Amino acid sequence: MLSFALTILLDGISYGMVLFIISVGLTITMGLMRLVNLAHGSFAMIGGYVAGYLTQAGVDFYVALALAAIVPGILGGLSEVTVFRPLYRKGELAQVLLTIGIVFVVTASVTEIFGAFPYPVVFPDYLTKPIDIGFRTYPAYRLFLIGVGGLIAVALWWLIENSLYGARLRAAVDNPRMARTVGMNVNVLFTGTFVVGCALAGLGGAIGAGIMSLEPSYALKYVVLFLVVVIVGGEGSFKGSFVAAMALGIIDTVGKYFFSQAAPYLLYVTVFVLLLWRPQGLMPAKSVA
Amino acid sequence: MSDPAVTPSVAPPAGEAPTFASRAWSLAGHALPWAIAIVYYFVAGYSLSIGTQIMIWILFALSLDLVLGYAGIVTLGHAAFFGVGAYAAGLFSIYFSPDPILGHLFAIVVAGLLGLISGALILHTTGVTFLMLTLATVSIIFEFGNQARWLTGGDDGLQGMQVGPIFGTFEFNIFGQTAYIYTLVVLFIWFLISWRLVKSPFGRSLDGIRQNPRRMRAIGTPVWWRLLAVYTISAAMAGSAGALLAHSTRFVGLSSLSLLTSGIVTVMLILGGTRRLYGAFIGAAIYYFVQDSTAKISPYFWEFIVGGMLIATVLFLEGGLMDLGRVGQRLMARIGSRKGAP
Repeated sequence: MLSFALTILLDGISYGMVLFIISVGLTITMGLMRLVNLAHGSFAMIGGYVAGYLTQAGVDFYVALALAAIVPGILGGLSEVTVFRPLYRKGELAQVLLTIGIVFVVTASVTEIFGAFPYPVVFPDYLTKPIDIGFRTYPAYRLFLIGVGGLIAVALWWLIENSLYGARLRAAVDNPRMARTVGMNVNVLFTGTFVVGCALAGLGGAIGAGIMSLEPSYALKYVVLFLVVVIVGGEGSFKGSFVAAMALGIIDTVGKYFFSQAAPYLLYVTVFVLLLWRPQGLMPAKSVA
Repeated sequence: MSDPAVTPSVAPPAGEAPTFASRAWSLAGHALPWAIAIVYYFVAGYSLSIGTQIMIWILFALSLDLVLGYAGIVTLGHAAFFGVGAYAAGLFSIYFSPDPILGHLFAIVVAGLLGLISGALILHTTGVTFLMLTLATVSIIFEFGNQARWLTGGDDGLQGMQVGPIFGTFEFNIFGQTAYIYTLVVLFIWFLISWRLVKSPFGRSLDGIRQNPRRMRAIGTPVWWRLLAVYTISAAMAGSAGALLAHSTRFVGLSSLSLLTSGIVTVMLILGGTRRLYGAFIGAAIYYFVQDSTAKISPYFWEFIVGGMLIATVLFLEGGLMDLGRVGQRLMARIGSRKGAP
């Protein structure tokens, strides 16, 4: 019984880690620039397809992962400078529309190039086997997700809490106007953050492909989930999005195990109730901490 | 949720009495879409059902214009009402009566009630939180439609609908003539209602709420009630469009509840232009035209084009296609002033 509970917990945490890696960039961009970015899932999808294409072609898995982060990072940077920047001044309607437009364009391009069917990422052999973790065997892939997610979370936490970049970022989220006044270049800061966020999304899309399978509808299907993580955690709240990602991962997994009929609603109903109860999110931190 | 950049307010030139010519032009402008619809009926032949589809989408986009355009409620959950209306009409025809008018009214009531209840729950929130709540609403209903196979047929869609003749006389025939006229009449009725609504003091107060909800509250407008009222009306209207879809095709697909449907109707409205009512007409027609002509090149190309159009509309054409004339005028004026400058 205990081992069963632990299995569910591990499943939920590994799923939550993927959600966290993909969503963390979104939470910071939404907190920093108040940008409603429905296109974030597209960057995750692009990363996934890059990794899928490369691993199917026989490229080393870790090289493929690096490129799965670099390519969406570059694309994200380019689109931030050209398309997103004029958008900050506009209302959220314009932001929703334009970013949905991007989702359509990316979805159509991916379908045209890779086809409409699920597109696998080839994981190395040692990740596809189960390994013994004491009380039972457990898929190595899931442990890998937890490891990578944990590393990224710790690294980001260190970056945001202890580095100069992090201090600037927190200041800019707290009060962008004041940050500008004291001479910070918030635009550059934001472009940098956007690039990192998109790169992480790409990485998450690639390593998470074993859970959230890659297909052209990925960008639209999962963006709701990513937004949920951000909004439930509280926009701009790093800790909040970690907690929200873990909670949603576990809730969804529990739902799939115990109420397989009701699982899909369970997640959305939870979100619905949570947002009605706390419209500003779980941890409405003014600061990224 | 004031949005000056996307939706520049249009003020008629003050102090000018409408001349006979301008009145004639405006009347001709109003008559044009309906004249096209009537002419299409006689020339369309086998493609009449495309016209029916377009009018259904126009009605759906029109309902979205009331909440998104006039009241400034940014929602992505409108497909919930459309789909629920379609399923309500379909289920009514299977379990209660094949009469299309009764089924239609039932669909309107069900969708309106859903709008009333969900609106009452979520309309006190604003911005991104509201957007997420609309997404959650449509997702919950979609998943319900997907899971409850015994009721909805799941992803196979709802089959076995019986649609009787309208008023006991007009059969839905294979060429879709009845469906076309029926849809046209329903669209016209809803158009008149919307027209009356947006020109009324109620419509004006929605305008004010969109531009500055806080000030409207300060001058004593019951903001929440007004928003709830327009949300409910719009939901009922979207449900009506769904019922038309169900009756004209005798089938309800799960996709009618999907987020993509919300996206498509928003694209139509934005392409055509918000807060003009006729924007929905232009947008839906252009969307169908583009989808039809680009789908021949590649089945996915239309999605690419639609996305591109959406991006271009937001970046360059803030008032939608209905604004093309004014953008052209401004451009001409700018060129003229540059030439005139010493």
